[in-house]
Amino acid sequence: MKEVLLRFVVGGVVVSAFALLGDILKPKSFAGLFGAAPSVAIATLILTVATEGKTYASLEARSMIFGALAFFFYAWLVSWLLIRRQRPVLPATGLSIMLWFACAFGAWYAVLR
Amino acid sequence: MKVKLDTSALRRSKWYEYLVRFVFGGAVTALAGIVAKRFGPELGGLFLAFPAIFPAAATLIEKHEKQKEERAGKDGEKRGRAAAGVDAAGAAMGSVGLAAFALIIWQGLPNSGLGIVLAGATLAWLATSVLVWKFRQIVCRRFRARHVRANRSNAMQSRLNIASHHGPSTTRRFDE
Repeated sequence: MKEVLLRFVVGGVVVSAFALLGDILKPKSFAGLFGAAPSVAIATLILTVATEGKTYASLEARSMIFGALAFFFYAWLVSWLLIRRQRPVLPATGLSIMLWFACAFGAWYAVLR
Repeated sequence: MKVKLDTSALRRSKWYEYLVRFVFGGAVTALAGIVAKRFGPELGGLFLAFPAIFPAAATLIEKHEKQKEERAGKDGEKRGRAAAGVDAAGAAMGSVGLAAFALIIWQGLPNSGLGIVLAGATLAWLATSVLVWKFRQIVCRRFRARHVRANRSNAMQSRLNIASHHGPSTTRRFDE
C-alpha cells in the first residue's frame, strides 16, 4: 500500500510538471508534444529500478514501445475526430481510448506474450 | 512558426484543473505498478505510454479556447475543438519520441546507470519529437504553397476559358 501511494504521489508530481510545461508553450501543435511526454514512465522507472532491478525495468520499457505506438494511433484518431469531424472533445478523447487498448493489447498478444 | 513561452495560460487555469492532472497522473502511475506486479512487466510496461491525462487536458484546452473566443463575442465551440485537435496532432508526433525514449531505456538500462540512461532517453524523446514536429511543418508549408499555386493557376485558367467563350467583347475587357 505504501508503495502504491508513493507511486501515486511521484507520478502525480512528474505528470503535473510536464503538463505545466505544455501549458506555457506555443504554438498549440508544439505544446501537444508534451501530451506524449514520458512522465508516467520516468516516475515508474525510478521506483521500479529501486524495488525490482534494472532487468525488470528494461522489460517494462520494451513493452512501452508498443504502448507508444498505440498512443500514436490514439492521438491521430482524436486529432482527426476533432479537426475533420468536429466531434465533442470528451467523448472523442474518452471513447478513442478503446483504440489504445486494442492496439497495445493486440501488440502484447502478438509479440510479447 | 516560432516556439514561444506564454505564462498567461497559467493565470487562466484554476487550482482544481491542476488537481485533476495530478490525480490522473498519479492514478495511472500507481495502476502501471499494480498491473506489472499482478501480470508481469510485459503487460505493465504498456501502461507507461497510456494517454493518462489526455482527455482531461484536451477538455481544458477546449474550455480555455472557448472562453477566449466568447469573450471576443464569437462562437468558441468550433475553435475549441480545433485547438484540442491540433494539440492531439502534436501528441501523435510526441508519441514517436516516446517510442525512442522506450527504446533507449530498453537497450541502455541493463548496461548503464539509471541516471545517465534516463537523462539520455528524455533528451532523445525531446529531440525526436521536435524533429518530427519540424519535419511536419516543412511538409505542410510546401503542401500549402503548392495548393495555393494550383488554385491560382486554376482560377486564371477558368477566367481565360470564360473569356474565350464570351467572344471578343469579354476578351477585350481582359485585355484593357
